[in-house]
Amino acid sequence: MSNQHVLVIFPHPDDESFGASGTITKFRDEGVPVTYLCGTLGEMGRNMGNPVFANRETLSSFRKKELAEAAKQLDIDVEYLGYRDKTLEFEPVAQMADHLKRKISEYKATTVITHYPGYAVHPDHDALGAAVVEAVRQMDSDDRPEVWMHAISNDHEEEIGEPDIVYDIEPYWDRKLAAIKAHLSQADGMMSLIQSTDQQSEQLERLKKERFYKYRFKQ
Amino acid sequence: MKAIEQEIVQNKINDFADKDVYVHLETTNGAYASHFNENAYNVGAFIRNAKVRYQHGKIVSTGGSYRVGLKLDLGWVYAEGVTDFEIDDKDRLLMAGHDREGRLMVALEISETPFSNEADVHE
Repeated sequence: MSNQHVLVIFPHPDDESFGASGTITKFRDEGVPVTYLCGTLGEMGRNMGNPVFANRETLSSFRKKELAEAAKQLDIDVEYLGYRDKTLEFEPVAQMADHLKRKISEYKATTVITHYPGYAVHPDHDALGAAVVEAVRQMDSDDRPEVWMHAISNDHEEEIGEPDIVYDIEPYWDRKLAAIKAHLSQADGMMSLIQSTDQQSEQLERLKKERFYKYRFKQ
Repeated sequence: MKAIEQEIVQNKINDFADKDVYVHLETTNGAYASHFNENAYNVGAFIRNAKVRYQHGKIVSTGGSYRVGLKLDLGWVYAEGVTDFEIDDKDRLLMAGHDREGRLMVALEISETPFSNEADVHE
């Protein structure tokens, strides 16, 4: 049995697959348990399937099923945190941090993977990442898990430099793609967005290399 | 959802007139708009479960898409770019406009009962 436990904490069903599923697969291959704490049901998502099969009121049910399927592919557990899509940045940070601190202690997490606040593009990403950092900061320094943060914004390296951890996830690419495709309502729309940009190859490259910054806590 | 059938939608709008109804109104171009295109702007707005009572409402078309306006005692509810509709099993009128890739751009939904609010974890 591994004495490690990895907690992935992102706000939407599919963030885990696009952002960290290669790394998740690597941990699972090493026998490390991984749990995804998913902030919301992604009920305000814009992608409704292509062709459209969901509507605003049914999207959350689809996305729950999709995440269950992706979790099966990745061999991880999922727990929902119960927040509402698009509203995380308006929740009191102290309250969210307290909630997260309880979860992180409960799971005895050794590594927490979340978004890099301020460099994660979606306001929900930034808000939940900031709450995770605050939660871990409040823990005794001996009990703190490592916090690995995923940055997404186009210009982030100019400001925060090179990431601490870079995984070439080529060996896990098939499984990453399977996890992404499990998100039926989202995968098409997101992949076509990626392919429509001027920096298409750069965006695809980002999917194949998962990169994380470690948060450095001052005592 | 299916393509708007104007008469069916108009009849449903008429059914809800002069009743207390809940409205979900939303427009968005997504949180990633300016991430994938630096010339784009991220804009969006939504209001969920606004309780209103409208005197009358109308769905109007010019070519491809539709506009819907609901006249309140003290104002208006308005949506442009609606293309699809559904009257769901809770007898709610759901309308939305999608882009070529099926992404939602605008939504207007009317119901006599509130729309779901907090994410239901124990469903």
